[in-house]
Amino acid sequence: MLDLQGYGPRLIEGAGVTVQLAVLSLLLAVALGLLTATAKMSRNWFLHRTATLYTTLIRGVPDLVLMMLLFYGGQIGVNAISDILYYDFEIDLYINFNAFAAGVLTIGFIFGAYMGETFRGAFMAVDNGQIEAGKAYGMSSGLVFRRIRFPQMMRHALPGLSNNWMVLLKTTALVSVIGLTDMVRVAAEASRATHEPFVFLIPVAVAYLLIASVSEWIFARLQKRYDIGFGEH
Amino acid sequence: MPDISAWFNDLLSGNLIFTPTTLGYYWTGLVTTSQLVFLSLVIGLVMAVPLAIMRSSRRKWISLPVYVYTYVFRGTPLLIQLYIIYYGVVFFDGIQESFFWPIFREAFYPALIAFTLNTAAYTTEIFRGAIKATSKGEIEAARAYGMSQGLMMRRIIIPSAFRRALPAYGNEVIFMLHASAIASVVTLMDLTGAARYVYSRFYTPFEPFLFVALIYLCLTFAILFFFRFLEKKLLAHLKPQTP
Amino acid sequence: MKKLLSVSLIGLAVAAASSAQARDYDHVRIGVDVPYVPMEYRTPEGDLTGFDIDLGNAMCEEIGVTCEWIEQEWDGIIPGLLSRNYDAVMSSMTINDERRQQVLFSDPYITMPSAWFAPSNLDISEANEETLEGLTIGVQRGTLQDNYVTDNYSSVADISRYSTADDMVLDLDAQRLDIVFLDFPIGQSTLVENEDGDYTIVGEQISEPKEYFGDGFGIAFRQRDEALAEKFNEALATLKEDGTYDEIHARYFGEE
Repeated sequence: MLDLQGYGPRLIEGAGVTVQLAVLSLLLAVALGLLTATAKMSRNWFLHRTATLYTTLIRGVPDLVLMMLLFYGGQIGVNAISDILYYDFEIDLYINFNAFAAGVLTIGFIFGAYMGETFRGAFMAVDNGQIEAGKAYGMSSGLVFRRIRFPQMMRHALPGLSNNWMVLLKTTALVSVIGLTDMVRVAAEASRATHEPFVFLIPVAVAYLLIASVSEWIFARLQKRYDIGFGEH
Repeated sequence: MPDISAWFNDLLSGNLIFTPTTLGYYWTGLVTTSQLVFLSLVIGLVMAVPLAIMRSSRRKWISLPVYVYTYVFRGTPLLIQLYIIYYGVVFFDGIQESFFWPIFREAFYPALIAFTLNTAAYTTEIFRGAIKATSKGEIEAARAYGMSQGLMMRRIIIPSAFRRALPAYGNEVIFMLHASAIASVVTLMDLTGAARYVYSRFYTPFEPFLFVALIYLCLTFAILFFFRFLEKKLLAHLKPQTP
Repeated sequence: MKKLLSVSLIGLAVAAASSAQARDYDHVRIGVDVPYVPMEYRTPEGDLTGFDIDLGNAMCEEIGVTCEWIEQEWDGIIPGLLSRNYDAVMSSMTINDERRQQVLFSDPYITMPSAWFAPSNLDISEANEETLEGLTIGVQRGTLQDNYVTDNYSSVADISRYSTADDMVLDLDAQRLDIVFLDFPIGQSTLVENEDGDYTIVGEQISEPKEYFGDGFGIAFRQRDEALAEKFNEALATLKEDGTYDEIHARYFGEE
């Protein structure tokens, strides 16, 4: 049998970190994506430009470089603010920019740009007539969003969303490089200590495949739900 | 020439972080990144064509192994693949004495192997999609001409699949460029490696990481424009014709 | 919907800035990069130990504060201090001018030469430009050894930089590296003593020029924490006087 040489519990803990990191980043990315998509479709020149700049810049730079920039730079930025408070106002505020939060913010921020494109495409695919119909019924714009635009948009967005999620899941492995103890980091550490890389790295690879397969199944269920009323597939 | 270098030194004087030395590191980094990405893409592409044909085969024993390969390499992080290859190879007994050691000793080749296997898996799936989407009409026309299966592959299916795969493949190239940033994890001095070095020497994250981010951005745009240009050339016949 | 989004975004931002509190240092968090035998490492049971750890704990006791050790990789150890992930760094950090611009150092608590280590079958007796030519040298990224080797030998040899000393030893074992440049006691205990005769020191221990090798190891603080650094300096002086320091030193480096 597989002998994890006492690293088993830490590997499972690491897997927990990976999953939490991925899910929280996804939530942030979806939120940012919706905002970006809305901004991109807005008639406001400034909003439109800002959103375009955001998606272009983020998608042009490697995840790892952005992560290092935000992680190391973010710390210094927080530090600068805190120093100003200390020297000019004598407020000694301690702000802890912890690695996990930094990871969630970074990955969420990166994938928000990709989600923005996905959602924009999906919003545009919603038939305008339906929205007009909603308005004609006297629905408020919030209600139109909740009852008509969002559910219909989701149908079109799901394939892209699922795709982004798969990439995001694999991207979480990069946090091990900046020092967060996810399962990749535990496995790398254990392989160095025991000189047996396969024993630790292969189970972690399998864990990624498992998580991917489970999420594929969930997305298929969701797609079925949002496809209701559009015939069998 | 002395004028230029004097001007250059003048420009850099008083700047701790952008010295001729660190700029030299960025340059080496750019060269390493370009070599790594270019070679892995070319070899990956060459591998992907036969693999995609096998993957499209109706015979299970041909298509299944390729499916397993693409599933595993697309489903796991490249970082893990790199670790397995980099750390894994040295634990084969006697590898150090073997003929392969000069290759695996350098960090460059394990990284190249990992990147190549990864991009080949993605490219295989892109091509398979493109092959699958070949229109029935084209195939029927080829059959009507009496083309053999092989000839039809070579003359009809592959060329048209190439064109259809172009936009998706362009994305894969950009993806590979970005993914190559992890090479610094196994001591390679690629662009990101250069930035990490400068950062850890001077403790200033903004200058080095923003600088290489800018270089990556330029490379990304260059690739993007190259593929736009290719698409325009190769897909011109699909555009609506203006009389 | 939008309101919901902005509320959850603010929530995340607050989570990132998890705890806001004033510091009065009855509890000092010390950043450390492990393993770095014999300065800081974990026993097989998982307990943190080593010269830095024992001395640091003794100092904290002397000052009358509680100490907590926080692990951090070398790459990010100074940024981590500046961003208050911990309040001090005691991790075999050499005092030098580049670092003085970023942090405040205590008085040096030990001086430590560096040295070259190589497999016993590498046939050189001294490391210089000629003997190192064409070899692959391993160093830990961002250390003074990195700076020294980079500035002096990058034109003749290949330099591989590692995030941890462990990675480096692994690649030395794998024969990817020909020679490494390390703090002397670390090389001595991880390579020479642990690997039964496979590795040996090359040439003499090196502690000049001062420009690279500095004034010994110091505890790093944020520049504003002058009062805290002063307390540690006083504690160090007391421990040196009452013999505790010598006792800890003997525990890890033997009797002089």
